[in-house]
Amino acid sequence: MNNLDPLNHDTGLEEGMERMKHTVEIDWQQIDTIIERYNGDHEALLMIMQDISDLYNYLPPEIIPLLVERLGVKESLVYSVATFYKSISLEPRGKHIVNVCIGTACHVRGADKIMDALQGKLHINEGQTTDDFLFTLQAVRCVGCCASGPVIMVNKETHGGLDRTSVVKIIDRYRENAF
Amino acid sequence: MPFNGIGHEIVRDMARLEGREALKKLRESIQAERQGTKKKLVSLCSGSGCAGYGTAKVHQALIDELAQQNMHNDVEIKLTGCHGFCEKGPIMVIHPEGIFYPQVKEGHIPQIIEKSIKNGEVISSLIFKDPSTKKKIIHEQDIPFYQLQQRIIFGNNGMIDPTSIEDYLAVGGYSALEKALFDMSPEEIIDQVKRSGLRGRGGGGFPTGTKWETCRRHDGKKYVICNADEGDPGAYMDRSLLEGNPHSVLEGMIIGAMAIGSHEGYVYVRHEYPLAVKNLIISLEKAEERGLLGKNILGSGFDFDIHMSRGGGAFVCGESTALMASLEGKSGRPRAKYIHTVERGFRQSPSNLNNVETWANVPVIINKGADWYASIGTERSKGTKIFSLVGKVANTGLVEVPMGTSLRTIIYDIGGGIPKKKKFKAVQTGGPSGGCIPERFLDLGVDFDELTEVGSMMGSGGMIVMDQDTCMVDVARYFLDFLKEESCGQCTPCREGIKQMFEILTDISQGHGREGDIELLEELGAMIQGFSLCGLGTSAPNPVLTTIRYFRGEYEAHIEDKKCPAGVCKPLFHYEIDREACNGCHLCALKCPEEAIAGEKKKPHRLDQDKCIKCGICYDACKFDAIVVK
Repeated sequence: MNNLDPLNHDTGLEEGMERMKHTVEIDWQQIDTIIERYNGDHEALLMIMQDISDLYNYLPPEIIPLLVERLGVKESLVYSVATFYKSISLEPRGKHIVNVCIGTACHVRGADKIMDALQGKLHINEGQTTDDFLFTLQAVRCVGCCASGPVIMVNKETHGGLDRTSVVKIIDRYRENAF
Repeated sequence: MPFNGIGHEIVRDMARLEGREALKKLRESIQAERQGTKKKLVSLCSGSGCAGYGTAKVHQALIDELAQQNMHNDVEIKLTGCHGFCEKGPIMVIHPEGIFYPQVKEGHIPQIIEKSIKNGEVISSLIFKDPSTKKKIIHEQDIPFYQLQQRIIFGNNGMIDPTSIEDYLAVGGYSALEKALFDMSPEEIIDQVKRSGLRGRGGGGFPTGTKWETCRRHDGKKYVICNADEGDPGAYMDRSLLEGNPHSVLEGMIIGAMAIGSHEGYVYVRHEYPLAVKNLIISLEKAEERGLLGKNILGSGFDFDIHMSRGGGAFVCGESTALMASLEGKSGRPRAKYIHTVERGFRQSPSNLNNVETWANVPVIINKGADWYASIGTERSKGTKIFSLVGKVANTGLVEVPMGTSLRTIIYDIGGGIPKKKKFKAVQTGGPSGGCIPERFLDLGVDFDELTEVGSMMGSGGMIVMDQDTCMVDVARYFLDFLKEESCGQCTPCREGIKQMFEILTDISQGHGREGDIELLEELGAMIQGFSLCGLGTSAPNPVLTTIRYFRGEYEAHIEDKKCPAGVCKPLFHYEIDREACNGCHLCALKCPEEAIAGEKKKPHRLDQDKCIKCGICYDACKFDAIVVK
């Protein structure tokens, strides 16, 4: 099967329309609970942002003013931290974040072929999100499963010992289960 | 009335331990209970490696099948941490017989229950078969992969459920802490650690005892930090220790804190390691419940708390000053170390930072003594080291060997050599800061100094084996690509220098290399090494400089002949079919995604260069070496 076949297109016009409508409803109560969990400690800024990201798969920038107020930090610091660490994204990401490990062990075992296959399958490049907001494709520097490389991590699940064919099937499974 | 013989649940419900006697009694009662049991024990590896191969499915199948046969009360299932032999996951061991089953699948469960669990029989088709001798091996400890190791730090991983503090106590856990708290002064602890010769396992190799001693000398509130931000791609021993035996790390930290005079500690762990985070949180709670952490530990009067902080996926945060900045809730940028962190680190206070594996060594040293520990290893590198043996090697996994063990023993005797009869080319150690070591140094004994001698370094213990299909220019470029992204950008040599080196390497790999490029890379490398702010920059050129040093011919082939001998850099090679070797099995033609290969069955095939995208599927598929790189 040719994964790069344009007829095997996974996204279409309808999803494109969906994308335009993509906004999140922020549950401010929940955000408050997260900040409380860390007692509003400014040193926990990164972890607070990670927990918020777990809810929405990204850090909605409209939350930043609240972080500034509640943690007593400068807005510039929040942006500095949010853009410094890879685990935080200020752009919306898909429901499933597909992290392709490109650590050294995976690299010598063909991680680039896995990335190729996924880009072909999802019709997006690394760092992008499918129009239906189901998948975001990212490269990650080693997830510590080096013995079973090449490896991908989808959200918090790890899949190892992959090749071009098996990795595409994994995406199919997530897609089937999504609806 | 807690300490009398007693079932599991009662043990679990118990409150904090108020003294060393209580700890001893609890340990004895757990051990007695376990020795007295007639239950079969199935230990199933649920480390991240095995989990990736499907431990969860095997576990569920086992639970379902046991329930169906109404046997769930007769068998205890233990989900343990990493056993190390990750290549063969998921791994299952049936006790008390100790039958070792690698690569267990859901479908194997019914026969495993029928034969091995009910009758203690060995299923010959499922046990491990040594690929070199073809001999079948029943017990874990008889497999060559394990036989040549000395697993003083990592050995307990396969015995304990990391979420159970009772399991850790049963194997003697927290006895070193007890000894340190009640029988030793802080000075004596430091003296033991110094005399043991323990050096930092995170990469620097700084003597741990000396670091503790310096930190102890400084006044004020002090912090003890565990660096679990294992960022070296290709290294995962810290992950496996924290996932599989978290209490050993905590025990080391508490002992360290007592020696240094600290009452507050942090574990900074990677966000990408969710299982490590989870097991660490559970362990912190359990230790606190038992009074092994918090106020008045074991009734000794010593107070110590540990907090957890999660990293955010920045390699540079493995550097101590960057890590401390990150702990303070800032971006993880390193600072110049005119003043060391043991004097002024986290929150401007004296801070002692060691890595996961270093902390896990501490209880062993306290229990067995400095002299015993120092008897293992080489002149200046003592004890064992856990390596993550990965890449193009038959038995990938985590390997713990005494310092000084030769690369050949690790790669060939333990690792089983290079798969698919390919030729060894190099082994990369030390992560992005390390270097590539060629075949002629295979008999080198691995320790901190020997590796530095040949231009590489120990790093945190990643060992990535490379074969004839690995292009050394591509490897060098790969590491610089990594470092270019991870440079924090503060200092110019690192930020701009790495980028320039990366661009030169990209040109070379695209066929645009020019005469003088190698010399230019060397010159840039020396500048970056000399003038960067932190360790990331000063070691960044290593992968390039060592590959130039040992594989200059490969660079020259790229630049002068416009050829990539390994067949990796796409513009610089093409595949051809060797008509002599091709027997027309047609497998390559079936697999080719571009329909570039054609031919009649049983006759040599042809490859259409115009259609070929050089994906390498045919090269990997051919069993007769008929697809060749030109």
